[in-house]
Formats: sequence, structure tokens, C-alpha cells
Amino acid sequence: MGLALMVLIWLITLVSTYFFVAKTWWLPVGASAATGWIDHQFALTFVIMGVVFLAAQLSLGYIVWRYRESPSSPPVEYSHGNTRLEIVWTTLTTILFIGLNLMGSSVWASQRFDPPEAGAVQVEVTGMQFAWYFRYPGPDGQYGKTSFKLMDPSAGGEAAVGLSNTDPAAKDDVVTGTMYLPVNRDVDLSLRAVDVIHSFFVPQLRFKQDAVPGLNIHMHFKPTAIGEYEIACAELCGLGHYKMHGMVHVVSQEDFDKWLAAREAEKQ
Amino acid sequence: MATPASVHAHAPQGFIRKYIFSLDHKVIGIQYYFLALTAVFVGMFLSILMRIHMIWPTAALPLLGEIKPEQYLALMTMHGTIMVFFVLTTAPQGGFGNYMLPIQIGAPDMAFPVLNMLSFWTTFIAYMVILAAFFVVGGAPLHGWTGYPPLSAIQSAGPGEGLGADLWITSIAIFCVASLMGALNFITTTLDLRAKGMTMMRLPLTVWSWFITAILGLLAFGVLLSAGILLLMDRNLGTSFYVPTTMVNGVMTWHKGGSPLLWQHLFWFFGHPEVYIAILPGMGVASQILSTFSRKPIFGYRAMVYAMLSIGFFGFMVWGHHMFMSGMSPYSAFAFSLLTMCIGVPSAIKTFNWLGTMYKGRIRFSTPMLYAIGFVSLFVSGGLSGPFLAQPVLDIQLHDTAFVPAHFHLIMGVAAIFGIFAATYYWFPKMFGRMMNETWGRVHFFITLAGTYAIFMPMHYAGLAGQTRRYSQFTEVAYLQKLIPLNTFITYAAIITVAAQFIFVINLFWSMFKGPKASDNPWEATTLEWTTATPPPHDNFGGVTPVVNHGPYEYGVPGAAKDYVMQTDPATGTSH
Repeated sequence: MGLALMVLIWLITLVSTYFFVAKTWWLPVGASAATGWIDHQFALTFVIMGVVFLAAQLSLGYIVWRYRESPSSPPVEYSHGNTRLEIVWTTLTTILFIGLNLMGSSVWASQRFDPPEAGAVQVEVTGMQFAWYFRYPGPDGQYGKTSFKLMDPSAGGEAAVGLSNTDPAAKDDVVTGTMYLPVNRDVDLSLRAVDVIHSFFVPQLRFKQDAVPGLNIHMHFKPTAIGEYEIACAELCGLGHYKMHGMVHVVSQEDFDKWLAAREAEKQ
Repeated sequence: MATPASVHAHAPQGFIRKYIFSLDHKVIGIQYYFLALTAVFVGMFLSILMRIHMIWPTAALPLLGEIKPEQYLALMTMHGTIMVFFVLTTAPQGGFGNYMLPIQIGAPDMAFPVLNMLSFWTTFIAYMVILAAFFVVGGAPLHGWTGYPPLSAIQSAGPGEGLGADLWITSIAIFCVASLMGALNFITTTLDLRAKGMTMMRLPLTVWSWFITAILGLLAFGVLLSAGILLLMDRNLGTSFYVPTTMVNGVMTWHKGGSPLLWQHLFWFFGHPEVYIAILPGMGVASQILSTFSRKPIFGYRAMVYAMLSIGFFGFMVWGHHMFMSGMSPYSAFAFSLLTMCIGVPSAIKTFNWLGTMYKGRIRFSTPMLYAIGFVSLFVSGGLSGPFLAQPVLDIQLHDTAFVPAHFHLIMGVAAIFGIFAATYYWFPKMFGRMMNETWGRVHFFITLAGTYAIFMPMHYAGLAGQTRRYSQFTEVAYLQKLIPLNTFITYAAIITVAAQFIFVINLFWSMFKGPKASDNPWEATTLEWTTATPPPHDNFGGVTPVVNHGPYEYGVPGAAKDYVMQTDPATGTSH
């Protein structure tokens, strides 16, 4: 019985570890400035936890087999523990866990507390059951007013976000259902939601943030590779949660300018 | 030391007083256990329907037909709620805690037997109310077990958000009341009704775990109760605690000025301690069983007690780690993250001590021991994904992906269930007077352990690849389509593992009537429940008041006649 249990525990441990190490399923290739930091912290945590996982499970398996009861087993050691050992492993785990935490903190801080770089492209993301809308403030760099009174989600586009038709700042605002971003430029993002909580998640850009009704959340990130990336809503928002899907097209600055100009032209 | 008045009377004779509205903690414990047993089968059945829908979204099932996306979400909500409240909170604490705590401390009953009965029947009402949500117009709610407003606060936000959602909240509120009654009873009983010589540092670790769990319950359920009442008011009485100005389906709601994050704070202030409410009794049971079947004293008894106390203490200061992506102040993430990492320390101490207990022992592989070893393995695996999720910067990628259900199912779901299985196989002989079948117990164990890992380990991989949670199907997002084969494997593993649970149920009921008669102390264990008759008489010790002379885990004492010294054995001076 001890042998069977050891074999099972070891097998589970090694097979589980294999798929992590082989990266059969792994983080998608990153395409944003944060990728390096996040993936590095991830790798560090993974190695430490992986070593602890292997050590704990393999010794558990070994101990149950080695110390199984048999007629020849020696009498057990009558011991109520070892205070010195308790202090050693308490101290070690404290240093390990807190150290890991502090290392990750600087990454979190730089992303959140530094302002977006000068010249960042402004985009407002609005989530609603079950679509994403993206608004660009246009040449004036000012978002026009929006209001719930003008909002008509079934009409899509500008009406979906309730864009004002009297505010001069709203005249050049562009609202789209697909997000376009220039590569290698910081994105100054505002996140809103009109009905329930949604979450703007783009795995390849290493970016996630809830969009919460009543809040206007500001975040910034920088895409670093041209490509098309999928947005998947990551906060349960109702029966269409699974299909609240969108696309981010990261393009060259030139293509971005062309695209935006074309949208402005359509509007006039 | 007070004695409850009711136990001076003879055992009640009528069927209703004896088995239905019983004041006997042993009967009430068994009632809780069977309530949880039906609930776990409901919960498992729902999860299998979910797994089938995820892989074959348009499949027509016998009797049920095709599951729609909103029905999937209703299954998910009810699976989570039923499992967390009516299984993981009910069986370890209400079931085994109720039955064993008074006996293990040498008391004739709980401190408040009437309150105990009320607590069970209130839980029963809560259970009926939540099941009723399936059968009302619109069906069960789809807002998940966490019930985040505005989704859960606005009736038009989705199917099931009408009467179904009201029943859901009402059930949870009733459950909170029941749990508060139970918690008071457990705490009072532990503090006031211990037998002579049963000092706090001679309590079995199971008693410590039930005691600490009760304190957590007392502090946590009151908050959830209040939060639930506010949510009911937001839904029905025109208040706006949780909902700002919103437009749902193109229609303005009446709400104004509320904060969706307020609910998240209140909910997780309860919700995080709740995961310890689910797992602490499992830690107690694992400690008890590992020591008993290794024939060795528990390694570091005091360290184990302090570890559980500090897990309970820190457990109330980490709720914000569920909210790193919520829009909460990013500064607070530092504090929540650091405190969450701190919880890893006592958890690691417990693991070291369990390994230390088995090291150089004489391990007997009875079924309870197999489950206790499985518990340790799952606790390690589930625990080690914690430090990933505790780091806000990694949460950017992992939050609300399949990595999260992988983590919490291993640690608070299946590990806690393994604790329940271990406790069942261990105490069944005492509770029902017969032994369970060992062969089928082992078969059940090996399939369940392998199956559990086959279900939940791949969910980590899916989460790393970005598989978002609570998606009823993976057809609409290109990168998720690539994960369908992995999910198909999980579904098959789940079906096999669930099927294997019938081995357990058949063994349970067959052994209850046909199993070989159990002796008073079949495992050669030391704690007080093994000193009394099997099953124990109405007042637990047949008119005798036990006197305790030893610590709870005196195995392998040098110079003793047997390899174990029971807690009531005469004092010798050689043992603790």
C-alpha cells in the first residue's frame, strides 16, 4: 500500500511538473512593455514554487513508503517536535514569501503610479452587455460629454456611449467597435461601464482591469509589437459573458494616423 | 463547570424527539452530515452538467434538453453556493464538529442543546430556499456565488435575476443566522464544558480547529448577513447601496450614487475567512489521523495551534487580494498582498509538521490515513498556487482565469472534501457501530486522488494560457478554441471521478447496516471518543465524567504497556 501510494504521488507530481516545464500550455507571447517584468516575476515565482512543490510531494511519497509499518519496523521516536527546526522553517518561509512579494511590488507600482508618457494616445473603453466601445478624443484632445439620456446601446457607435450632439468637444470624437493603437506609444486608457461590471483583458498585452459602473478608471500600457490581439471579458457580466469579445489592432504610427483620419472623414 | 439541564433527563423515546427535533448533539451532527451529503451530490451533478455544456454546448441531454448559456451560469452559481455553504461549511463543522467536539472534551452535550437544534433546522430551511430557486420563473440566478452587483442587484440584468436571485440571497441570509447560532454554541462549549484535566493545551487538534472555525464564523457571517440584507433592499426597496447610475438593456434604473466595490469589500471580508472555515476542520482531522496512524505524537503540537490561530487572525486581513483588478486603490494592494504572503508561513509550518509526524513513524494504511495523506498532498498543491495569485502583478494575467478555480478547488474544495472523507472513514465506526469496507475505501481513494489531480491540474495550464472563468463555451474567442481539447480531457476526468463517488455512498450505506461490528477503539487511538461505548450512549459517557491525565497524541511512549496512552489513562509521569 505504501509503495502504491508513493508511486501515485510521484507520478502525479512528475506529470504535472512536466507540462509546466514543457510549456505545453503557457502564457501567450507578450506584446507590451510590461511583458518583460511580468514574465520575469512569473518565472521567478514559478521556479521557487516548483522546487517547493517537488520537494514536498516527493518527500511525502518517500516518507509514506519508507516508514510503512511492518513487523521489522523499529519503535517510533517518541518526540513532540523540535522547536529549533520550527524556528528555522518559519524564518525561511517568511523571508522567501515576503522577499518574493517585495520584488513584484516595484513592477506594480511603476505601472500604476507613474503618469502616462507625454504624447500618449488617449482611448476611452466602455463596456456594456455584451460589447466594447472605444472612443478617441480627436484632434482637440478633449473627450466630448456623454450622457445616459442620449444612450441607445441597440444603435451602436456614438449613440451606444451616449455622445453629446451639442458639445463642441464631442464633434471630433470617434467611437468604434474595434480598438486601434499605434505601436510603441503609451496608451492612456479610461475605463467605464454602463450596466454591470466588465473586465478588459488582453492576455497578449499583459493587461487586465475591471470596468466598473460609476467609476472612471485610468490606466496606461504600451503595446510593443504590431499584430491583432483578442479582448476577452474577464468579469462575469451576464448570459453573453462568453461572447463579449473584441479586437485590438496594434499598427504602425502611420497606419494609425491614416485609420483615425479616415474615421474622422466618415464622421463629417 | 456548567452542565446543560436537558442531559439530566433520560434519552427521549418518541421518534420525533429522538430523530427529528432532537436536542442530542450526536443526532444533530448526523443530520448535518446527511444534509451535506445530499448537497454534495446536487453540487456535483450541477458541475457535471457544466462540464458537459462547456464541451458540447448544443448537446441535447436526456430529460434536460439543451443547456443554454444562462442556464450554464445558473448551474455555476448554484454549484458554488451549495458547495461552499451547504457542504464545506456544513459537513466538517456542523456534522463532525457537532458530533465529536462535546465527546472529545468530555462533555455530555453542547452548551445550548436547543440552540443547536434550531441552528440545524434553520440551516435546513436555508437549504430548501436555495433549492427552490431552481423552480421559480426565470430559474436560478446567474451572478455567480460571489454575486457582484450591479449584476446581482438589478432584476433586468439577466434571466434568473428576478425571484431566483431574491431566493438566493434570502437563503444565504438564513444560513448566516444558523451559522451564528452554531458558532456561539461551539465557542461556549469549548470554553465551559471541558472535563477535569482537559486543559486548552490538551485539546485534540480537531477541537482547536472547530473552536477557531467557530470564532471565524462568528465574526464573518454577521458581515455577510448585513451585506445580504442591503442587497435585498437594493433589489426591492429602492435603495442604492451598491448601484450607481446605470442603464441596463437600454433602460435607466432608479439607482444613483451606490458603490459596486462596497459589496466586494463586505463579501470578501466574509469570503476569505470562509475559505478557512472550510479548510481548518480538515487540518484538524488530518493532524489527528496522521498522528494516530503513524503511531507517533503530532510533531509540534503548540506550533500547530499557533499556526491555526495565526491563519485565523491573518484570514481577516487579506480580503482585498480578491480585488486587485477591481478598481480598488492600487496602494492598498501592497498591504493585502504582503499580508496574504504572511498566511503562507503558518500554512508551511503545518505542512512541515505533518511530514515531521510521519517521519520515522510506523504508518498504517487504513482508509482514513490514505485520505489524510491525500489531504496533505492536495494542501501542498493547492497552497503553492497561492503565492502566484497573492502578487498583484501576476494577478494582472491570472485573475479571473481558470488558474483561480484550479487553486481554490484544490485547496478549499477537494482538500476540504478529503478532510471530510478522512473524518467519515475514521469516525464511522464510532458513529454507527460498524466498520466500513476497507477494500472499497482504498479503491475509492485511489480513483478520487488521481481523478482530482486530472481535473484540476490542467485547469492551471488553461489559466496560464488565458482561459477566462465563467465562460459557458469557448467557441467565440479564437485563442480559447485551442484549449477545447484540454477542457475535453477535464470533462472526462470529472465524469469518471464523480462516478467513483458512488463507491463511497454504497460503502457508507451498506456498512451502516451490514458492516462488521466495531469495537470501542478500532484504531487504537487516544482521544476521549474512543474511551466510551460504540455508539456512545445518550449522555456520551454513561453517567461517568471522564478525567483527563494526558495530552491527545501519546503514541509510542517509552515504557508504556501498549504503544499508546489514552487521555484518560492514569497519570504516569513519563508522558505529557
